[in-house]
Amino acid sequence: MEKIFQKLALSSASLVFILLVGIFITLYITAKPAIDEFGFNFITNSDWNKDVALESAPTTELTDSDDAMILDEDDIMLEDEDDMMLDDEDDISTKTIYGGLVPIVGTLLTTLIALAFSLPIAMGIAVFLAEIAPKNISNVVGVAIELLAAIPSIIFGMWGLYYFAPIIADLFGGYQVSLLTAGLVLGVMILPFMAAITRDSMNTTPAVLKESAYALGATKFEVIKDIIFPYSKVGIIGSIILALGRALGETMAVAFLIGSIFVLPSKITDPTISIPVAMANNFGEASGLGESALFYLALILFIISFAIISIAKFYFLKRAN
Amino acid sequence: MPVLNIKKFSFTYPGVDHPSLKDINLPIKRHKITALIGPSGCGKSTLLRSMNRIHDLYPGNKYEGKIEFTDTDKNISDILDIKKENEFIELRQKIGMIFQKPTPFPMSIFDNVAYGLKISGVKNKTELADRVEIALKGSALWREVHDRLDKSAMGLSGGQQQRLCIARAVAVKPEVLLFDEPTSALDPISTGAIEELIVELKKDVSIAIVTHNMQQASRISDYTAFMYLGDLVEYNKTENIFLNPQEKKTEDYITGRFG
Repeated sequence: MEKIFQKLALSSASLVFILLVGIFITLYITAKPAIDEFGFNFITNSDWNKDVALESAPTTELTDSDDAMILDEDDIMLEDEDDMMLDDEDDISTKTIYGGLVPIVGTLLTTLIALAFSLPIAMGIAVFLAEIAPKNISNVVGVAIELLAAIPSIIFGMWGLYYFAPIIADLFGGYQVSLLTAGLVLGVMILPFMAAITRDSMNTTPAVLKESAYALGATKFEVIKDIIFPYSKVGIIGSIILALGRALGETMAVAFLIGSIFVLPSKITDPTISIPVAMANNFGEASGLGESALFYLALILFIISFAIISIAKFYFLKRAN
Repeated sequence: MPVLNIKKFSFTYPGVDHPSLKDINLPIKRHKITALIGPSGCGKSTLLRSMNRIHDLYPGNKYEGKIEFTDTDKNISDILDIKKENEFIELRQKIGMIFQKPTPFPMSIFDNVAYGLKISGVKNKTELADRVEIALKGSALWREVHDRLDKSAMGLSGGQQQRLCIARAVAVKPEVLLFDEPTSALDPISTGAIEELIVELKKDVSIAIVTHNMQQASRISDYTAFMYLGDLVEYNKTENIFLNPQEKKTEDYITGRFG
């Protein structure tokens, strides 16, 4: 009985590991054609699904006055439009290139905006709940925070698009759907996680440690700044990293708000696209190299998220020791 | 004139009907060590924690009576009258406290000792360094830590941490130090070092110490108060309490018949 139980527990545990490695391997295999084709240039290239002339190909399809070797931007744009109706596969003189720079930048920037927006607010909420509010208020607000965390992301997306985005556009100008709107709504979504975890780790500060600071004549602010924050630093960093992990992978709410175009934003009120949104929007029609490129993006997102969660784990382990 | 004079003092915790301390009258004499002894739950820590109003971090306590504090300039004030935060800060700079477990702050050894000075407005680097050195020497810790002042205080042993906490409290030059069972978490050797240090300190400060350990009270204190179930049963010179107790309860306790 003891043996069977141990085996069962072991196999459940190894299932997780097998799944993790399995997902990584499948992602890699499916992304392989795109990795072979584009290599690391994929990360620095901002063109997605764009046809360019093959360097060795004859230039017959182009207008006579043009030299294929020194195409300038406008010509490529024109050519793009001309080729809309053509099938990529049959067009021997051009190839379609995929670069991941726009969605990668979009993902990182929305996450950064979300973090910059929500971090100070989350810290404020946590300090209020852990140290300032009386018990009964703290409990009520605590429950409200946890409910906020339970709202499905599509609701955030719809709310953001219909009510939040116009306000942002009024305040900051530019488009309603933009990096900024997506980042701010994402910030609202990760806020409850950060606030709740930070509050919990602040609550682990031993009462006697706070008392000894008060006994030296410290004010509440000094105790929070000098004792509670340093003491719960590890937990706070952990909460930030977990929130980051969630922000990086969020699809639905961002899909509503980011604008979904493969263009590098020049300012934060510009629309762009993020990795999960690129995958969700383009997966249906993708085939061949395009599909593979999406998997390449997925692999990159997987690696970023995995790295971030690993760092979080590392911190939590360090704390446990 | 005692530095603290507790008069007809009663204390009730929030949400409790009967008071935890009833009609206490007790002087804490200047440059003497006053020990508070008694079985668990007798209210000795509650009394100690009233003297710097650390109870007030948690709302809803009821005080009655007076705790008169006479400072070095002979000004008398009632500690129980204090209501404003800046008055609490002033009070706690004059009446320091050492807790049961060592409570080093999550910062370096130097910053721990300098903390009370910094928050009271001392900014001058050399003055800080001087006063930290004096406090650490005064707590018999300087020799052990002078070459690693910038290291985390968490790396010190339990006994060293407790001496660090004493240095931290001493650095702000308080008039009274309250010790709440300062050695109950320490080994015998560290305990000895702390006891020596406390006796050394009474040159500069007046001391009240709560202890479970009757030998400790008899070794270091000048006066002893025996408390039982919220009452102050007997207060006298330490030798009288231990050699010639007036009350039956005191005698039963110090001879180990209960407690």
